[in-house]
Amino acid sequence: MPARIQPLAITAMSATSALGRGLGPHVDALRSGGGGLRANDFSCAPLDCFIGRVGGIEHAPLPAQHAGWECRNNRLAWLGLQQEGLMEAIAGAVARYGSTRVALLLGTSTASIGDTELAYRGLDHAHFPAGLRRPQIHTPHSLAGFVAAATGITGPALTISTACSSSAKVFASAERLLRLGLADAALVGGVDTLCDSVLFGFNSLDLVSRLPCRPFDVQRDGISIGEAAAFALLERVDAAPAALRLIGYGEASDAHHMSTPHPDGRGALAALDDALARAGIDTDAVGYINLHGTATVKNDEIEAKTLSRFPAHTRASSTKGFTGHTLGAAGALEAVIALLAIEHGLVPPNLGCSEPIADAVPWLALRPEARRVDVAISNSFGFGGNNACLAFARAGVSA
Amino acid sequence: MSATLEIGITGIGAFMHGAPDWVSLRGVLLGTHGLDANAPAKPAAARLPAAERRRAPDGVRLAAEVAEQACTMAACDPATLPCVFASTHGEVGITDYVCETLARAPQEMSPTKFHNSVLNAPAGYWTIATGCTAASNAVSAYRRTVGAGLLEAAVFACSEDTPVLFAHGDVAAAGPLVDIMRIRALFGMALVLTPRRSGTCMRLALQAAAADPPIPESVLALQAVASDNPANAQALVLLAALAHARPARVRLPLSNGLSLDMEINV
Repeated sequence: MPARIQPLAITAMSATSALGRGLGPHVDALRSGGGGLRANDFSCAPLDCFIGRVGGIEHAPLPAQHAGWECRNNRLAWLGLQQEGLMEAIAGAVARYGSTRVALLLGTSTASIGDTELAYRGLDHAHFPAGLRRPQIHTPHSLAGFVAAATGITGPALTISTACSSSAKVFASAERLLRLGLADAALVGGVDTLCDSVLFGFNSLDLVSRLPCRPFDVQRDGISIGEAAAFALLERVDAAPAALRLIGYGEASDAHHMSTPHPDGRGALAALDDALARAGIDTDAVGYINLHGTATVKNDEIEAKTLSRFPAHTRASSTKGFTGHTLGAAGALEAVIALLAIEHGLVPPNLGCSEPIADAVPWLALRPEARRVDVAISNSFGFGGNNACLAFARAGVSA
Repeated sequence: MSATLEIGITGIGAFMHGAPDWVSLRGVLLGTHGLDANAPAKPAAARLPAAERRRAPDGVRLAAEVAEQACTMAACDPATLPCVFASTHGEVGITDYVCETLARAPQEMSPTKFHNSVLNAPAGYWTIATGCTAASNAVSAYRRTVGAGLLEAAVFACSEDTPVLFAHGDVAAAGPLVDIMRIRALFGMALVLTPRRSGTCMRLALQAAAADPPIPESVLALQAVASDNPANAQALVLLAALAHARPARVRLPLSNGLSLDMEINV
C-alpha cells in the first residue's frame, strides 16, 4: 500500500454543467433534486435519448485574441474559467509562484472532436473547410493548449485522456508534481462537450438509455450523455490552511475488458484501497461517496457490490441523473460535487432511481439529506478498465 | 529552484518501418547501417492474444510492440509495472473512420471501432494482455507529447518509488486528416524507467525556455518519421543520444515556458 500523502488545499473551484454556470446552481439543484437532463436536441441526426446540455454555448464565442482555439469544447472551458473568480485565483497563483511554477493538468475524453466532425460534414473537395484548418484543435491537447494560452500558465502542461476517469487522474498527477517540488500550484480539471462521436458511439454499444438515466435502479438501461467543465486550483496546505483538501487518490487497472468492468470490481476496489491508504483513513471515516453510477447494467451492479466495504453511516449517490455522464469531465465535476457535499453539509440525492438494486439500498441516498460530511470520496471508472478514486476532507479532519 | 529527478533507463523499445526494434534503430542512428526495406511494416505485437491482435488498431499494436521490447530488455514483469502511454493524436485511422461515418450514416458506427477510439486503447489492451492491475495512463501534449509524457512517467517513478513503463507512438494519419496532422509514417518507442541508478542514468530538470528547442539536423535525416511529427523527432533525439552511449544533454520542449533538460551519464 502507498504511503500517506500531505494533503493539498483546494484554493478555488468551479463547475459548469447542465445544472448551470458556477457552484450556486449546482448546490441549488442538488439540494432541491431538480435535474438538468432534456430530450436530445443536439445530434446532427435524430437519436432518441436524453442529454445534459449546457445552455448558450452557441452564443458564447471565445474572445478575439483566442480565435485560433475556437471550438465548442474550448468555449465550454472558457465559460468554466469565468465562474467563481477562478481566473483571478489563477492569476494570483501565477503572480505568487511564477507562471512556470503552476502546472496545468486537464482531462478530456474527446477534446474538440466535435469540430473535427464538423469539418468532415463540410469537406471542400476532400479537404477541411478553410475555417477549420487549425491543427491545434484537431488533437487531444486542444483543451489544455487553449487553457494554457487563456490563463498564462507556463508550467508543465499535460492532457490525460483515459476515457471516463480522465479528470479524476489529473488530481493524482498534480499531487505528484507538487510533492516532488516541480510545481507550487496546479490547475486541474476536465472539459468534455456533447458531440456525435459519443452519442452515436455509446449508442452503437447499446449503452444509451431512451429515458433520463436511472443510476442504481433495477430498471436502469443505460447512460444519458452530458457535457461539463470543472476546475480546481491545488496548492500546498500552508497557502490556505482552512480550505477544503485533497487527502488521497488511487489509480488502478482492471486488466479485464475494454468496455466491461471486472465482475468483482477488482480495479475499483484497488483504487479505493489506494486512496484510503494515501489519506491515512479507513472506510469508517467516509461520510459521502459520489459514485461513478453511470446507469449501465454492469457498472452499477458491480459498483453497488463495493458498497459493502462501508459502514451503515456512509451515504452514497450517483449525480449523473442531474448532469448526465460528462465522460472525461465527470471526474472533476464529481470531485467538485463531493467538495460541495462537505462545504454545504449536503448529501446529493441519487436522482432518477425509484427502485434501487438491493446491494445499494443501505447506502443510497434517494432524497437530498442535510448532514455534516467531513470526508467525501468520488469514484471514476473508464473504458479500458481504468479506475480512479479521489478522497477529500475539510481542514483539520484527515486522520 | 526546481527539483531534479534521477532516473535510470533499463529497457528500450522502438519500431518504425525499416527499423523494427531498438537494435536495428540504434544501428541506423549510429550510421552503421541504413533502414532495412525488407523489415516488417506492421508491428508483430506478440504480447497481444491472437484474437485481440486481430481487432487491435495500428496504434495499439505499435504500443504493445515497443512496450514488450522495453520490458524484455529490462527483464521486467509488465503485470506489476505502472504504465504511461503517450500519443500526439491517438488512433487517427479510427478518428477518420468515426468522423467519416458520422458525416455519412451515424447509425452505422461500429461499436468495436468506437471503443478502440479512446486515447487509452493502448493502455487498455496492454493491461488486459499482461494482467497489469497497476495504474495506467494515457497522455498527450500535442507537439510536446514526448517531453510532457516522459515527465509524467519519471515523476510517477520517483514519487512512488517504482519502475514505470513509458511508451510513445503515433500512426499515420488517414483521409482528410493527412492535411491537418501531416503524419505519414508509424513510429513508436518505449522506455522502462527506474527511480534509482540502474542502466543508463539520467538527471531530469525543468528549465526556463522562451521557445521550443530546435531539432538537430542529424535526426531530421530520418525524414519520413521526424519531419512531419515534432514529437516523433523529439523521441528520435533522445534515442540518438542513448544510441551513442556517451554523456550527452538532450532538451525536449515541455510547455509554453519550460523545457525538459536531460543530462545523460552513461
